[in-house]
Amino acid sequence: MTGLLSSYVPIAIFIGISLVIGLALLIAPFAVAYKAPDSEKLSAYECGFNAFDDARMKFDIRFYLVSILFIIFDLEVAFLFPWAVSFSAIGWFGFWSMMVFLGVLTIGFIYEWKKGALEWE
Amino acid sequence: MGLQALFFYLFAFVAIASAFMVIWARNPVHSVLFLILTFFNAAGLFLLTGAEFLAMILLVVYVGAVAVLFLFVVMMLDIDFTKLRSTALEYAPVGALIGLILAAELIVVIGGSVISPEIGKSIANPIPDLATRTNTAALGDQLYTTYVYFFQIAGLVLLVAMIGAIVLTLRHRTNIKRQDIATQVARTPETAVEVVKVKPGQGL
Repeated sequence: MTGLLSSYVPIAIFIGISLVIGLALLIAPFAVAYKAPDSEKLSAYECGFNAFDDARMKFDIRFYLVSILFIIFDLEVAFLFPWAVSFSAIGWFGFWSMMVFLGVLTIGFIYEWKKGALEWE
Repeated sequence: MGLQALFFYLFAFVAIASAFMVIWARNPVHSVLFLILTFFNAAGLFLLTGAEFLAMILLVVYVGAVAVLFLFVVMMLDIDFTKLRSTALEYAPVGALIGLILAAELIVVIGGSVISPEIGKSIANPIPDLATRTNTAALGDQLYTTYVYFFQIAGLVLLVAMIGAIVLTLRHRTNIKRQDIATQVARTPETAVEVVKVKPGQGL
């Protein structure tokens, strides 16, 4: 347990240092920077004329589809890590169980390919 | 051990505080960023218990994909957030009910181990010592053989999610013009040029 955790000490130190640098850069301007606040500086600038509307607008649902498909294959790859690490211990049964899993997802992949979900028209 | 306790309280406190800020922040983008901070601290807590693989998967899947998807939806969807916030209190009873169920489950688990401490010894597949087998390998030993049905069901759930996302959101646009290089290259003077006899003064 301590062996595992001590291997993460460099990451903890790294997070600590990055926290210090980040906070220093955030706080230092409050102390040293010259301030001349103006409402025009904070307003939205859109090529010189008044902003047409809010930044939130309807966007194409296909962006969402692409990210959903990404998450599904991300999860599929996440299942491959423990399989690869304990590959020698789980034998042929473990091998074929993963092959069936990948086969099921390949059916889905063929479906989305044939449907044209990966095409960007 | 003291350092481990210090990190436990640090992660636990920041996780609870940032989870609170998720529902408290006025700007929904800030809410999602606090949610990412919560995930990071939960990953830290997983690491402290020795669940190395779960910690890394939490970072890869939740921070890398799910939270970014949330951020993406929050930043780009056409939703009136002030209106959404004013109706948020209507969902408070449902939220309280879910919180109550989770609290009851925690009490059952903790109470079970308090009443009979030997219950921890009757686990079907206890975690092997981390010095002999790493957490990822221990998970792999069980997941693909002992729990093969659950593993295959997970695959089917992913398949359903994939097909469902496509069925619900995929719309093919008609009347768009696309470049087809093969037809462009296959064009010859015979297929492209047509000689038309035009009578004088009439045009086509």
